[in-house]
Amino acid sequence: MSVAIAASDKAFLQIQNVVKDFDGYKAVNNASVDIAKGEIFALLGPSGCGKSTLLRMLAGFETPTTGRIVLGGVDLATLPPYERPMNMMFQSYALFPHLSVWENIAFGLKREGLPKDRITERVEAMLKLVQLGKFAQRKPHQLSGGQQQRVALARSLAKQPQLLLLDEPLGALDKKLREQTQIELVNIIEQVGVTCVMVTHDQEEAMTMASRIAVMSEGRFLQVGAPSDIYETPATRFVADFIGNVNLMDGTLTVDEPDHVVIKSADCQHYVGHGITGVVGMPVTVALRPEKMHLTRNKPQGELSEFNTVSGKIKEMAYFGSFTVYHLVLASGALLKVSMTNIQRHRDDEFTWGDEVWAHWSRSAHVVLTQ
Amino acid sequence: MQRVISLFTGRRLVIAAPYLFLLSFFLLPFLIVGKISVSEMEAVAFKDLITLSDGVLQLSLKFSNYVFLGQDSLYIKTYISSLQYAAATTVLCLFIGYPFAYFMARAKSSVQPVLLMLVMLPFWTSFLLRVYAWKGLLSEGGFVAELVIGLGLDQALAAAGLISSPGKLMNTPFSLVLGMTYTYLPFMILPLYANLAKMDLRLLEAAADLGASPWVAFWKITVPLSKAGIIAGAMLVFIPCVGEYVIPELLGGPETLMIGRVIWDEFFSNNDWPMASTVAVVMILLIIVPLAVFNKYQAEAQEGAK
Repeated sequence: MSVAIAASDKAFLQIQNVVKDFDGYKAVNNASVDIAKGEIFALLGPSGCGKSTLLRMLAGFETPTTGRIVLGGVDLATLPPYERPMNMMFQSYALFPHLSVWENIAFGLKREGLPKDRITERVEAMLKLVQLGKFAQRKPHQLSGGQQQRVALARSLAKQPQLLLLDEPLGALDKKLREQTQIELVNIIEQVGVTCVMVTHDQEEAMTMASRIAVMSEGRFLQVGAPSDIYETPATRFVADFIGNVNLMDGTLTVDEPDHVVIKSADCQHYVGHGITGVVGMPVTVALRPEKMHLTRNKPQGELSEFNTVSGKIKEMAYFGSFTVYHLVLASGALLKVSMTNIQRHRDDEFTWGDEVWAHWSRSAHVVLTQ
Repeated sequence: MQRVISLFTGRRLVIAAPYLFLLSFFLLPFLIVGKISVSEMEAVAFKDLITLSDGVLQLSLKFSNYVFLGQDSLYIKTYISSLQYAAATTVLCLFIGYPFAYFMARAKSSVQPVLLMLVMLPFWTSFLLRVYAWKGLLSEGGFVAELVIGLGLDQALAAAGLISSPGKLMNTPFSLVLGMTYTYLPFMILPLYANLAKMDLRLLEAAADLGASPWVAFWKITVPLSKAGIIAGAMLVFIPCVGEYVIPELLGGPETLMIGRVIWDEFFSNNDWPMASTVAVVMILLIIVPLAVFNKYQAEAQEGAK
């Protein structure tokens, strides 16, 4: 989808050591990030992590307790919301109920005091962009959720903002429509070429739409990176656990060789082939994604067959159509989630409840975490 | 059988209750008043409208009162001045009540019940007593009169024709409108408050985000969205003000013509019940017909907005 833009590119939006203190509670705690022009940047985290507060500080509805927000070299601190060169698409849209679609889109342009024909021209262009020309005279409540969402987008793009803020842009849509709209929204944003900061609690939304994601928890940025970085190389247990499904196994480093390490956990030994190093005896956590593992009925044979394999009994199966997630109970009583793509229809030897199976994975499947 | 029973479901009964109430205490009395207005007096009794004599059924309606009403400029002037005083009161209530309701609705939610209580507090004292109190406050030597005269405001009021001569505030258009505004203010504030309190404040943020200063956002978003509250408040003030009798009687003067006093005079001084009824019927029609038309238009607009 979007090409990841390195943070070292000329920083267009700079968030510098921003803190928001609500009576001793730090909703945002020392957040810093540089966002390049044209980027779609997502703030992702569970509710209450401070992502919305940060977005509201960008829009000007909240003032940072300390820290600076700089857009295109201009410090925004003293600008009230109505003077900031940015527009926001609100959660559940906040369309003006007494105004038609046309008037909603024209609202911001009229405030700029543009001549009438320029406003008409601009509104028509926006209606065309979001394909709502036919609905110009309708009131917001006469539209479906998806159409309202597009009006909200058109309204926030009408003034050609330097920065577009999206607050849970697809939160109010149902799943099917959300998937369609994600792509559509990104296409429109890229067509316009506006820099964009979005807030979401939905990791799929963040991953499909954003070029970079900041994972937030308790007011802090835990990790900032491209979606694939965050998924495949999470920096902390929280990030690994929050993004996607993961099996976390605590263990101890037992062998430290230049080309590999071995980590012993309760049920198995992990042979980790990629470049990490540590001190023998140090406690670590191994993170394994369910789709990085395979299930077989027999114990895998061959070189290193003592490593990266574990036997267990199928306790639960969750069928998702394209794949199935098996929950294995291991010898220690721990649970292991393994997902298998359903390549064939109606396999003869399908796994079922109670089967004793072996899970195994490659030497590059792990992420080793120390915090 | 099934259908007969279903007529008396709980839902229908609940809907029927207010209609029955209005039927018996508004429509029936109104029809009686209407009947009196077209009746002929015979000494102290009314003649029957429908009489059967010699096998001829006779319906006699006397419209001379209505004709007389339309010809007598005093009645017409009184109607107009009643509407003017009611309109002035409504506008004043709106200008005082809107900011009041606005700040009440935007106050901390912990303070709101207290503020609401303060608005309703005057109802704990009799309406008559409160209007009487204004007599004391406004007559010579009264606290408010002293204050107004001390500040020299009486000169301005006299110049505007609201009082006849400086130094005398009582029994003038000023005292009348003041008393009505004072009395009916809560009826303006309460519906406005109810409306403004439930407004979605994110709409104001959206307006600010799109470049509207707080002042512009107020006029473009808050005021249009509170239209229903403004209309409800205005009706609750305007309608009773048109027919107000007690306040003009206590605070009004010889030159403050109000239709309520005319009706009272016709009933109890002149003992001309048909004439009094005519004045009352015309007053009600004057209020109801434009309101019904307005309401229909409003309902259509609402329907479009739903």
